[in-house]
Amino acid sequence: MSAALTATRSMVLDSVLPVWIRADFAVSDAAERAIDEPERRRAAWMAAAQGGDRKAYERVLADSVSLIRAAARRQGVDADLTDDVVQETLLTVHRVRHTYDPSRSYDAWLSAIAARRAIDALRSRGRRGHRELHDERAYDMHPDEHDAAAATEREQAARRLHEAIATLPPGQREAVEQLGLKERSLAEASAHTGRQSGALKVNLHRAMKALRTRFHGEP
Amino acid sequence: MSESRLPESLIQSLGVQLTPVRRLPPPWLRTIGWLVLVAAIAAGLLWHYGAEHMIRRWVAEPDIAVAGIGALITAVSAAWVAFTLGVPGRSAQWAWLPLPGLLLWVGASGLGCLRHVVMPGSTVATAHQSGDCLMFIISLSIPLSALLVWLLRRACPLRPVLTAVMIGLASAAASAALLEICHGFAVAVTDLITHAIAVGIVVLVNALMGGRLLQPALK
Repeated sequence: MSAALTATRSMVLDSVLPVWIRADFAVSDAAERAIDEPERRRAAWMAAAQGGDRKAYERVLADSVSLIRAAARRQGVDADLTDDVVQETLLTVHRVRHTYDPSRSYDAWLSAIAARRAIDALRSRGRRGHRELHDERAYDMHPDEHDAAAATEREQAARRLHEAIATLPPGQREAVEQLGLKERSLAEASAHTGRQSGALKVNLHRAMKALRTRFHGEP
Repeated sequence: MSESRLPESLIQSLGVQLTPVRRLPPPWLRTIGWLVLVAAIAAGLLWHYGAEHMIRRWVAEPDIAVAGIGALITAVSAAWVAFTLGVPGRSAQWAWLPLPGLLLWVGASGLGCLRHVVMPGSTVATAHQSGDCLMFIISLSIPLSALLVWLLRRACPLRPVLTAVMIGLASAAASAALLEICHGFAVAVTDLITHAIAVGIVVLVNALMGGRLLQPALK
């Protein structure tokens, strides 16, 4: 519809305006198209991705990363948290890609999802920060790290923990290694292992339960 | 370096998992789908009670007909807004759309309250009969709300509570409009309060439960 309007406007202007003004308008239209084009390109890629076009899908996701970062910044997300927002947004886009209507703005659709994920990340950090207050108190009460006996004890505890992890079933071991030892996010671990984030969560939960039972004898 | 590599590996992994998807039908089409059930219930009530009594009441007390039309406009607009809010990127300002219908509904019902003062001969509902209205609106709102939630199962409402409020409003308004087919009394203050309580309960329950039910895509 906008293309039809532009064409009509151009025809009317061509017959009425002097040449130099027409040239000026032509430049303005070109500039307008240049601004508009990336969004239309992304919309077309996403429409093709909905039909199963993998190449178009990878292109639109890659093109979306900068938009997601901008949306996260607008919500006040710190730089260190932006990667998490990008990953969570990409995963959400994957799950809800059928809700995109190609006749509407792709950027508005994506930015709304990214803004929601940014707010989720900020809330999650807020909750974590609140819990970590107690860790600071624990740090004050921690025994001297340079104590040789304490160091040996820590090494033995670490070895026992590694041995216990090694005895876990493969799925649980993988979840502990990815999420606990390598400190990867759910999205990263999911991408690396090819497992659903839900399955990773369940495996981690089961592994923690098994390790707790082994060390403390409590379920 | 790692900043760009992480989304890249995730994008590739999402590309591998890509399958064609069926697009979400537009909000107006899903609204019609829901209204088909409302129309089927209306047809059932008309078949049981007949249209004669309803038309006679409407001719004698036109404000009841206006209140019924207001309730119907509220139901249709709130249902459409619920479906619209299920698409990321659509403005939350659409939530104001049911307001004119709501004002017409409440205003005309309020005028009806004055009727028994102006026309002392009108049949006014007793507290017991008003209780029946309450049960009618609540019990009919349950399947209507359930159908709306089901129709929204593939959607992605980024404001789940607001969407759930719209579901509650649409269901309660549709139930109140259907009640007009078999409503045997002039609208008195007790009756109006009962209707308001019923609508309030339906909207509140939806807001409390629907917010959770509508979020599977975001988990």
